[in-house]
Amino acid sequence: MPEPQHLKDHYQEARIFSHRMVVAILAIVLLLGVLLARLYNLQVVNFKNYVTQSDRNRVQVQALPPTRGLIFDRQGQLLANNRPSYTLTLIKEQINDLDMTLALLAELVELRPDELEGFHKRVGQRRRPFEEVPLSYRLTEDEIARIAVNEYRLPGVKVSAELVRDYPLNNMLAHSVGYVGRINDREVAKFDEEKYRRYSGTHTLGKIGLEKYYEDVLLGEVGYQYVETNARGRVLRVLERIEPQPGADLALFLDANVQKEAIEALGERRGAVVAIDVATGGVLAMASTPSYNPNLFVTGISYKDYNALNRSLDLPLFNRTIQGQYPPGSTLKPMLGLGALHHRAVDTRYRVRDPGYYQLEGEERFYRDWKKEGHGSRVDLRQAITESCDTYFYDMAYRLGIDSMHSFGSNFSLGERTGIDIPSERKGLWPSRQWKRSARGLAWYPGDSLNVGIGQGDVLTTPLQLATMMATLANRGKFIQPRLVQTIEGKKTEALVQQMYSVSDEHWDYIFSAMENVVHGVRGTAQSIRRGLKYKMAGKTGTAQVVGIAQGEEYDSEALRERQRDHALFVAFAPVEAPKIAIAVIVENGEKSSKAAKVARRVIDRYLAVEQQLQLRADQQASEKQRLGKQPS
Amino acid sequence: MSGASDFQRRMPEASRDLRRPVSVLQRWHIDWPLLLGLVLITVYGLIVLYSASGQDLYYVKRQSVFFVIAYGAMFTVAQVRLHVFEYWAPWFYLAGIILLAMVLVMGVGAKGAQRWLSIGGFRFQPSEGLKLAVPIMIAAYLAKRLLPPRFSHIVISLALIGVPALLIMRQPDLGTSLLIAASGLLVLFFAGLRWRYIAGAVGILLASAWPIWMFVLHGYQRQRILTMFNPEADKLGAGWNIIQSKTAIGSGGIYGKGWLNGTQSHLNFLPESHTDFIIAVLAEEFGLLGVLALLSMYVLLIGRGLWIALTAQNTFSRLLAGSITFTFFIYIFVNIGMVSGLLPVVGVPLPLVSSGGTSIVTLMVGFGILMAIGTERRRVSIG
Repeated sequence: MPEPQHLKDHYQEARIFSHRMVVAILAIVLLLGVLLARLYNLQVVNFKNYVTQSDRNRVQVQALPPTRGLIFDRQGQLLANNRPSYTLTLIKEQINDLDMTLALLAELVELRPDELEGFHKRVGQRRRPFEEVPLSYRLTEDEIARIAVNEYRLPGVKVSAELVRDYPLNNMLAHSVGYVGRINDREVAKFDEEKYRRYSGTHTLGKIGLEKYYEDVLLGEVGYQYVETNARGRVLRVLERIEPQPGADLALFLDANVQKEAIEALGERRGAVVAIDVATGGVLAMASTPSYNPNLFVTGISYKDYNALNRSLDLPLFNRTIQGQYPPGSTLKPMLGLGALHHRAVDTRYRVRDPGYYQLEGEERFYRDWKKEGHGSRVDLRQAITESCDTYFYDMAYRLGIDSMHSFGSNFSLGERTGIDIPSERKGLWPSRQWKRSARGLAWYPGDSLNVGIGQGDVLTTPLQLATMMATLANRGKFIQPRLVQTIEGKKTEALVQQMYSVSDEHWDYIFSAMENVVHGVRGTAQSIRRGLKYKMAGKTGTAQVVGIAQGEEYDSEALRERQRDHALFVAFAPVEAPKIAIAVIVENGEKSSKAAKVARRVIDRYLAVEQQLQLRADQQASEKQRLGKQPS
Repeated sequence: MSGASDFQRRMPEASRDLRRPVSVLQRWHIDWPLLLGLVLITVYGLIVLYSASGQDLYYVKRQSVFFVIAYGAMFTVAQVRLHVFEYWAPWFYLAGIILLAMVLVMGVGAKGAQRWLSIGGFRFQPSEGLKLAVPIMIAAYLAKRLLPPRFSHIVISLALIGVPALLIMRQPDLGTSLLIAASGLLVLFFAGLRWRYIAGAVGILLASAWPIWMFVLHGYQRQRILTMFNPEADKLGAGWNIIQSKTAIGSGGIYGKGWLNGTQSHLNFLPESHTDFIIAVLAEEFGLLGVLALLSMYVLLIGRGLWIALTAQNTFSRLLAGSITFTFFIYIFVNIGMVSGLLPVVGVPLPLVSSGGTSIVTLMVGFGILMAIGTERRRVSIG
């Protein structure tokens, strides 16, 4: 049965359609309104936010590391240089799969396990986002080429040229110039905002020596560049650039020739040499052997190398010149003798009978002279210094007393840091009544004074202190703070100068001539070095016991192992009539002080020869100038 | 003659109306407001495309070629009489379904989706054709029925809509699938689908939202929706596109950064800058004013389209014109909505501006149909 047919009502359909059209138009208007509101919200209300975000997207700030100041010796020889080095760096944020990238890189360049280890450590550290993290240093030309060819497979991997610190003299100046090394976690943790900013382009800082002490002036001021980058981090153009300011150059008092002589003179022995320019307090040489190559530390030393250095019995990392604290032994005698003269504990006519020992009244104990049979029955101060008579100095110390000895010696930087311009200086020990009470809780005994009188007992000095003492002596009591740096960016450094209370010239002359006798006299303890000396040297030998010798025990050096032998010491200045150089030498376990004296002589010889050469050159230049000046007329 | 001239003298208006010479535009079935809007958008679009493609003339040339083809197609379609469409509707529809089935079997594609058919070296997207075939089919079907449609007609219409929609969803291409479904449903709506059915459907949709979310949507589709609501959660991943496009639009401000000066697009921060996200380039370089200019051109097209629909001569024409026009608006709304972060990213190009050949041809054919409908009346009155 067919369904009833209904006729289409066209008018009705058009009417329905028109109604629906109205609804549709309303919907369109409404939705358009929504779109417009959205656009208004984005483009007008939040315009500034999005502009900022868009700029942050495209503009990146890159820090430009400043060039570190150079370090020269007094003749302009480079001691610390900056050398371009090609470093493989990774930007972690731009690498999808770090392990895969590292595996690929391992095929292209040689990656040592310790480099990988160091890299993983650095990646974990606090970093700025998009910072380049170094992976491998000192790429070869081949390696650079291989990476360039594979660049498309290595997003986020870059070869960057970086200036790396270089110490051309290697081992020679490790302890004084020091080295720079990678900034580590602990150092970053201590950075304040300002430091964080200053090091934003720099990966290294001075760790020891001058590099550390003068870090602030050597560093320079970081620069910036604002660069536009695309979404993949590629730099498209530089928008603005603030140039970095290079760090200040340092010129030292140190003379590389003299330094080299000192190191060669010490040779294979463990020891230290400090030579000071008497007039300025400038350090001419500062050697501590054995040494190490500071270049190893610049880009991160391997654990193997570090352990070898750190575990060596010879302590190559130890800066003996300022950290080594040795009993000065007899080297203190000239200074103490001067003190005794000054305080009138003795005079030049005073004589002591020396049976080879000294005894305090009412005491059993023998204070032995180094010479068993003694120095004779009429030892005066000159002979006591020349032959290093202990008995005389026991007696003298007893007469002088600890308080006078302490106060007089303090003028020569004993027991205090000299304040030299490298860090980690030790201050030694210059005993006093007060010190003993507070440190040991004991009263001062006369016997203690006797030990101090021959530079033993509790007395400890660094080689730098001894050299400073010599310089102060040579300057007749004017203490000039020793320092390494002569000029900073051409500007002269100033030394702290202190004049001790005046000791009469008569006393100075007497002590100087006694010291001259040590070297030039027939019976002088350092007479072995006098042959061929073209100038007058004032010196004093010393030996320092490493192991204490019990009462009554025989001293048998053969029985002692090499490392328990006495340290050999020698201090000197020259030329006597117009002192230019003061020096202190210690040869560890050198046993005979002449070993130290020989080193000192070589260094002084060398220094004076260099001085002569310089003088000659200066004279030539002056006469040349004069000649040229005269010619036209 | 004299009587006639008398009449003319007395009623000049009437005479002019009757004797108005048929203009060239009318003769060739060209609707000039539509043409004006289209030409404006074409030119504007090419200017933006030049910048969006990184000043690559290749894209502009390619797009121009497509436009030439598309305008040709539009003019051709405008000449076709409407009852021809009505008559052929089932065959268009059937052909479209067959092609869609072929896509699923032997289609080619990119990014894990099969959307293209490659026959004899010629690559095309059958789903594009269905954007027109579906509304024509539904309009032809309903025009023969009593309106408002009865329940059985609604069910059949829904089936006709559902088959291609599901096939396209399988490709998978959720965006196109939903838009094609919308174009068919719009016909139903204009045909007077009762409000109670609409309300019921909306109710069912809301109720089934959870199961659809769990079992129907693909992981990447869910991700897109999630990312839309919180783009900051995954800045370098799924949220990147939306963050970058919002930044591009927002940083354009009112006046824009100037042509070729958009940093977001030129430095490659903006994804798909010459295709789906091209509005972000326009907004960045020409600012809010530039967007308003484009929107007013669109409004001109839509307004004219709606006018044509309202004044169309029969039900089929009305339904078809209404659906084509409104679908066109939906494209615009969905695209700008998604690029500005209002809607999930579903891969809908900005009509007539985004680079891409098939979509432009389809759209222009749609406008050809609108022109055919718009000029139909006069043919009847003159004929």
